Amino acid sequence: MTAPAGTPRLALRGISKRYPGVLANDNVSLSVAPGEIHGLIGENGAGKSTLMKIVYGAVRPDAGEVLWDGAPLPAHSPAQARRAGIGMVFQHFSLFDTLTVAENVLLALPGVTDRAGLARDIEAMGEHYGLPVNAAQHVYSLSVGERQRVEIIRCLLQKPRLLIMDEPTSVLTPQAVERLFATLRQLASEGVSILYISHKLEEVRALCSRATVLRGGRVTGTCDPRQESVASLSRMMIGAEPPRATGAARQPGAALLEIDRLTMPPLERTGKALDAVSLTVRAGEVVGIAGVSGNGQGELLALISGEDRRAPPQSVRLAGAPVGGSGVVARRAHGLAFVPEERLGRGAVPVLGLHLNTLLTHDAGLTRGGLISASAIVALAASIIARFDVRTAGPTAAAKSLSGGNLQKFIVGREVVKQPRVFVVAQPTWGVDVGAAARIRQELVALADAGSAVLVVSEELDELFEICDALHVIAGGRLSARIPVAQASVERIGALMGGGAETEGAHA
Amino acid sequence: MPRLEARPAPSPLMGYLAPVLALGLTVVFGTLLFLALGKSPVAGLRVFFVTPLETLRGWSEVGLKMVPLLLCALGLAICYRSNVWNIGAEGQFVVGGIAAGGVALLAGADAPRAYFVIVLAGGIVGGLAWAGVTAFLRDRFNANEILVSLMLTYVGGLLLIYLVNGPWKDPKGFNFPYSKTFDAAAMVPRLFPGTRLTWGIVLAVVVLAAVWLFLARSKAGFRLAVAGHAPLAARFAGFSAREGIWLSLLLCGALAGLAGALEVAGPLGQLTPQISPGYGFAAIIVAWLGRLHPGGCVFAAFVMALIYIGGELSQSRLGLPAAITGVFQGMLLLALLTADTFIHYRVRWR
Amino acid sequence: MEQLAALIAATLSAGTPLLLAGIGLLVNERSGVLNLGAEGMMLIAAAAGFAVGFHTGNPVAGLAAGALAGVLFSLIFSALAIGLATNQYATGLALTLFGAGLSAFAGLAYVGKSVPFKSTFEVPGLSALPFLGTAFFKLHPMVYLALALTGLVAWVLARTRAGLVIRAVGESPESAHAIGYPVRLIRVGAVAFGGACCGLAGAYLSLVYTPLWVEGMVAGRGWIALALTTFATWRPWRIALGAYLFGSVTMIQFALQAEGVEIASQLLSMLPYIATIVVLALISRNPAFIRLNMPASLGKPFHP
Repeated sequence: MTAPAGTPRLALRGISKRYPGVLANDNVSLSVAPGEIHGLIGENGAGKSTLMKIVYGAVRPDAGEVLWDGAPLPAHSPAQARRAGIGMVFQHFSLFDTLTVAENVLLALPGVTDRAGLARDIEAMGEHYGLPVNAAQHVYSLSVGERQRVEIIRCLLQKPRLLIMDEPTSVLTPQAVERLFATLRQLASEGVSILYISHKLEEVRALCSRATVLRGGRVTGTCDPRQESVASLSRMMIGAEPPRATGAARQPGAALLEIDRLTMPPLERTGKALDAVSLTVRAGEVVGIAGVSGNGQGELLALISGEDRRAPPQSVRLAGAPVGGSGVVARRAHGLAFVPEERLGRGAVPVLGLHLNTLLTHDAGLTRGGLISASAIVALAASIIARFDVRTAGPTAAAKSLSGGNLQKFIVGREVVKQPRVFVVAQPTWGVDVGAAARIRQELVALADAGSAVLVVSEELDELFEICDALHVIAGGRLSARIPVAQASVERIGALMGGGAETEGAHA
Repeated sequence: MPRLEARPAPSPLMGYLAPVLALGLTVVFGTLLFLALGKSPVAGLRVFFVTPLETLRGWSEVGLKMVPLLLCALGLAICYRSNVWNIGAEGQFVVGGIAAGGVALLAGADAPRAYFVIVLAGGIVGGLAWAGVTAFLRDRFNANEILVSLMLTYVGGLLLIYLVNGPWKDPKGFNFPYSKTFDAAAMVPRLFPGTRLTWGIVLAVVVLAAVWLFLARSKAGFRLAVAGHAPLAARFAGFSAREGIWLSLLLCGALAGLAGALEVAGPLGQLTPQISPGYGFAAIIVAWLGRLHPGGCVFAAFVMALIYIGGELSQSRLGLPAAITGVFQGMLLLALLTADTFIHYRVRWR
Repeated sequence: MEQLAALIAATLSAGTPLLLAGIGLLVNERSGVLNLGAEGMMLIAAAAGFAVGFHTGNPVAGLAAGALAGVLFSLIFSALAIGLATNQYATGLALTLFGAGLSAFAGLAYVGKSVPFKSTFEVPGLSALPFLGTAFFKLHPMVYLALALTGLVAWVLARTRAGLVIRAVGESPESAHAIGYPVRLIRVGAVAFGGACCGLAGAYLSLVYTPLWVEGMVAGRGWIALALTTFATWRPWRIALGAYLFGSVTMIQFALQAEGVEIASQLLSMLPYIATIVVLALISRNPAFIRLNMPASLGKPFHP
């Protein structure tokens, strides 16, 4: 299995892959040397995931070849890729919730029969790389960070010579990212090649010795990211620097959204209990909630939106009115608008046209005597499309035919046109291209300028720092005290995201 | 294995083409079946698709069969659009028939001619109640509606057999398990003299228009569709999931019950152990073949009526058992599901 | 006393087809596939098993033919629901309607015929025991086989890699696919096992239990077996418990009639169906509890 010195461990030559309607990869070439940490950077939709699935054998390229130790890898499958020594840690983990850690690992290791020995190996491997896990625990009881450890250990036990990490830090606190990087550097020093996929330029600059930049499916540059600035990398990745959202100086007004010592067990077994969450958003301010996903954001949002109405009435107030036990429609009547994290299937019905999707949150003037006015809903959809620059075939196009960014612009626009008094939005720019993300952030700020109370839940710290007046951090179902953004730093927020002190801090 | 490649958007063309393709596939398999049985496929297919349409009487028989199929299918289409898997239309039909029959048997000799309206109302209430049990158990106890509605179909069938063998048996009926024949006032009036067609078919057309309006244009119909396609979106919008369950099941029960009433107070004129030759199950196929769309259901009910009559005719004309109807029904649905795949996928072989 | 023993024996016999079908459907569903075609597979197997048993005079050949018919029928389901990713509910229903029609059609020649072999057996020695002999040791070998099969399935699912893979596929086909398992092939296998078991159950009904071919003779047992998997919260031994419970409900009507209770037979025949509804409502009452136990991908199509 030894190749001549200087032969890259992995080399891609002229890879192209077309999906109906998109050219996901266009003549992509790159190479990774043994022991190298190679960054693959690009926006959402730039073709990174497709390229990695090709390397991992899950997708077959239309053209081009994959060279492994200098020899072409024939048309292959994930199983063959694993045998060759390619391991992959997926962005969305491929773990089985109801099985134990050891069983999860066992499934990926054909031929292993000694379960007790395997459990010892798992824990020893975790020890060695600073990834402590308990092999007997069920996966559903693990935190997101612990699940990622399991994924990594599962990969490492297969003795990979190339490890692919797909956006591994989106679920981690800044401190956990540092620990992960230490592990990856240790692996590289032991000769493992690492292909590190990310759209976070700072991370790539900190970790990688070489990077390939993708834009629109094509390679737009290969560089040593340590020699580049974020600005220069960003130009390669996007083509231009996105505008930053700017708002007028505002004077916060009356408290429009108040959460008062809300404690609630989760609806689902895998959910998080909320523990005495308190929060106030005033007219004319943008408040952010930072935190690693799965720490209670979804539960809190459902209690605010009215999808979950188990809260005591007084613990959720809209413009002073107690609404904890009210449903979605009643809260909407109080001026609440909500954009959920999941666009398709929750924020919009995938198979229905945009015009019909307006009916999810609009009612006035659209129905008469229980019958829907087709012209009214088409006109409404058309006006949203025009005002928010939504790229679509027309107001009757099915929601699922839109790209993520355009659908998000439509959904945010659908709520913004109502001029809501209170606007709550989750992950406003997740999976959205840079241009659309900038536009959406600008809309949020403009809404606050116009006197609305805006609450943003996001995993992207940069985004929160850009648009918020104040931040809270959610960790383990507890919400930190309010931190004015001028007093916040990435380190301080990061410590709170890890569940550090300050959660009990005095209310500011 | 073939690999399915998702189309970027569902193909509207295939949406319309799939039922035709399915019908074509069924004809192909039917031809093979006739060949295997040593019968001429031409004669066989003729019995199914031509003979019933050669006479006015034949057309009226087709219409007569279309009424229960269409009514049940419309109700089921509402259910399936709301993602409520009611497969008990057969039971709701039977209990509707029982209730209508019960009301009809109460008619005195001096009952007014409009008495049949009460009979039909009885049928609607019967079907409604039977479907209501399913809705209640699903809503209150989260019990799977597929299993409950089907179990209730068995219970309804046994109830009918019990009644016509026991309390409702015609004392002058030579011990046959039949009820008395209904008084004329309890019967739905005939539409034309000389055929068995009743005003039920007019009623079915009215229901058809109403269901179309409900599904296509009403906010309540929209809420059902959202609950069916995307339950989380329904919750997000504040639409009640309970409304979807209750409304769709009750509407379906009412329509199936009405169909049962029209059948017993129409062509049958009495209660017998078998008031339905599986209309409620065949209507499942009709609903799917009709794309869960009211207009499509008319076309599909027509095809299904032909298959029913063809099955009856093949006994006398071809010497084949009437059970062949069931074979054709099953083949049709399987073929349709196959054809439907091409709406959302292209098939690639590798 | 002897009457009670006979009742126990009859209960075990009546529960056996439910157990066979239920245990097959359990494996089927543990892999994430819901096959509502159980009733259809049982019907076609009952007809095929009876025909082969009738012509060969060999009960084993008949049962094997039933199992084979079940497998073949399950492959129709697999081709559509797994191969073409069609809606599993609709496909299963189609299979049941098709099975009902085809079995009625194909079985016509055998209506009123009987099979030329005995269906009484004894376990040597033990059958002479007082009470226990009649209750437990004069049963058809299929009764014991069904129990053995339950034990086997319980062991495979809990202790072997094959069982772990089936559970993993049912939990998350996407993850199983991502780490390289042939999800669709595994599911086809699990569905075929379900088909074989439903086939055995159907053939047992027409060859041993009734033993006659009558149109629609499965009489909803396929659906009851489907309900059993929920009742058992997808655990093998609970399927056995449920199957015998339903077997005893079936037997109550005979016991009551033997006692001379004046209730119409049709009303008594409703008992198993009503019992199914009641049990289903009681067990499903807590949605979170069902979700906790249900294979997470059950009923959802998967296409890589």
